[in-house]
Amino acid sequence: MKKILTLPIREEDILGLHAGDVIYLTGTIATGRDDVHRRVVAEGMASPFDLRDGVIFHAGPIVREGPAANELISVGPTSSVRMEAFEAQFIEKTGVRLIIGKGGMGPATAEACRRYKAVHCVAMGGCAVSAASQVERIEACYWRELGMPECMWVLRVREFGPLVVSIDAHGGDLFAATRAEVARRREACEGPIAESVKDYMVVE
Amino acid sequence: MTKTEARDRMADVMERFLTLASRRLPDDVYAWLKRCRDAETSPLQKVVYESYFENLEMAQKLDRPCCQDTGLPHFYIRCGADFPWIGAVEPALRQAVARATVSAPLRPNAVDFFTERNTGDNTGERMPWLHWDIVPDSSDLEICTYFAGAGCSLPGRAQVFKPADGYGAVVRFVFDAVSGLALNACPPLIVGVGLGHNIENAGVLSKMACLRPLGTRHPHPKGEKLERDLLAGLNALGVGAQGLPGDRIAMAVHVESSARHTATIAAAVNVSCYTHRRGFITFHEDMSFDQSSYQGVTL
Ligand code: SF4
Repeated sequence: MKKILTLPIREEDILGLHAGDVIYLTGTIATGRDDVHRRVVAEGMASPFDLRDGVIFHAGPIVREGPAANELISVGPTSSVRMEAFEAQFIEKTGVRLIIGKGGMGPATAEACRRYKAVHCVAMGGCAVSAASQVERIEACYWRELGMPECMWVLRVREFGPLVVSIDAHGGDLFAATRAEVARRREACEGPIAESVKDYMVVE
Repeated sequence: MTKTEARDRMADVMERFLTLASRRLPDDVYAWLKRCRDAETSPLQKVVYESYFENLEMAQKLDRPCCQDTGLPHFYIRCGADFPWIGAVEPALRQAVARATVSAPLRPNAVDFFTERNTGDNTGERMPWLHWDIVPDSSDLEICTYFAGAGCSLPGRAQVFKPADGYGAVVRFVFDAVSGLALNACPPLIVGVGLGHNIENAGVLSKMACLRPLGTRHPHPKGEKLERDLLAGLNALGVGAQGLPGDRIAMAVHVESSARHTATIAAAVNVSCYTHRRGFITFHEDMSFDQSSYQGVTL
């Protein structure tokens, strides 16, 4: 059974999610990456689209812009970690409930997710065409002067996913756990190889 | 054929080739990706790979770039010394990139330094990025195209070690790079390791390592063993596709080397994501061409 969340997202929806869950989204979401975060947090500008109980998608789409309508060609997640410096304050300021991106985020975001009842999910990187096919239409575009990837596109999506919950509001963090596991295994993986090349400096 | 005709023809063919290369994975990468899929067992990994292959299929069917980050255009060129249209190459590639940006369409990613403006057509200062090698006694022009995305460029790094640090330092350096930001670079990755004497020579070699056809090996047995050991070691870290728990963070590790200075060991690591959009195309002196990356496709 597909687990589908419909916007607006309520606190109890968030509390029902756990790191590792696979979900889909239906509703109106907005893209925002480096520049949108910088404007909202560092430059103190208000988000032109109300994100309360909403979704921010770390993404820079390809849009074929026409005089009558804009056509979404492809859209996919970008590395969320680039937004780490801003995300906690972004959550606090906008009241956004669900962040979609790629890869993990840092401890400040995880803490903000706990405090403000929000989650971070990963969309499948590189899967830009199937993602675009789940977008019904582009509803608006703000801050276009930032360039096509950086501006804010407002998208109406239907069963958008799969999304994997990576940071939940209960302290669960899938990528932090993976990183800890990598750190635990690393010496056993790299040590023997480093050892095996010891005599590579010997003249043949 | 005049020089202008040669340039127009090359621009036209390369526009179509770039469009193709933005839509579909080269045959070897597609085959390797399947192998990685088959090696994964967890339900979460299955969800990821299902999305990967569904997307690749849709990209072809709908005729769209498979990933939204169509990167910056790189061309690694092996130019025969007797290829008659050398002067046409740079302007033709520039034109092909600008046109493919509209027709493919590619995402405009190029931002010039200091003006900090997106140029809008993926060309800019020294962009597209061209690397030239001259091949004696040949009249062919071999072009390797590559879309350098941001996620897979971020983990790249280079460092110069002292001989006392030995090859072990190289091994640890590769693990540092791949277990850090590379988790975000859409694994399974192709990991290119360049071994040289300073950062730019190691850096170029690490890129050439990434671009090498899958299944090829370093010519020295010790180099080949290092490739195999690094692949097995990295894949034992517990990371799979999309940096989620799994067993295949890498589909291949390639090492390329040059002679080094007796007093330095330089290492560079470059990674490519699973949408490794690398294509080979060869022009002959009469400007006919063939491509080997996509079987059964006519441009
Ligand atoms: S790392 Fe590669 S597949 Fe992933 S988003 Fe970037 S370009 Fe696309």
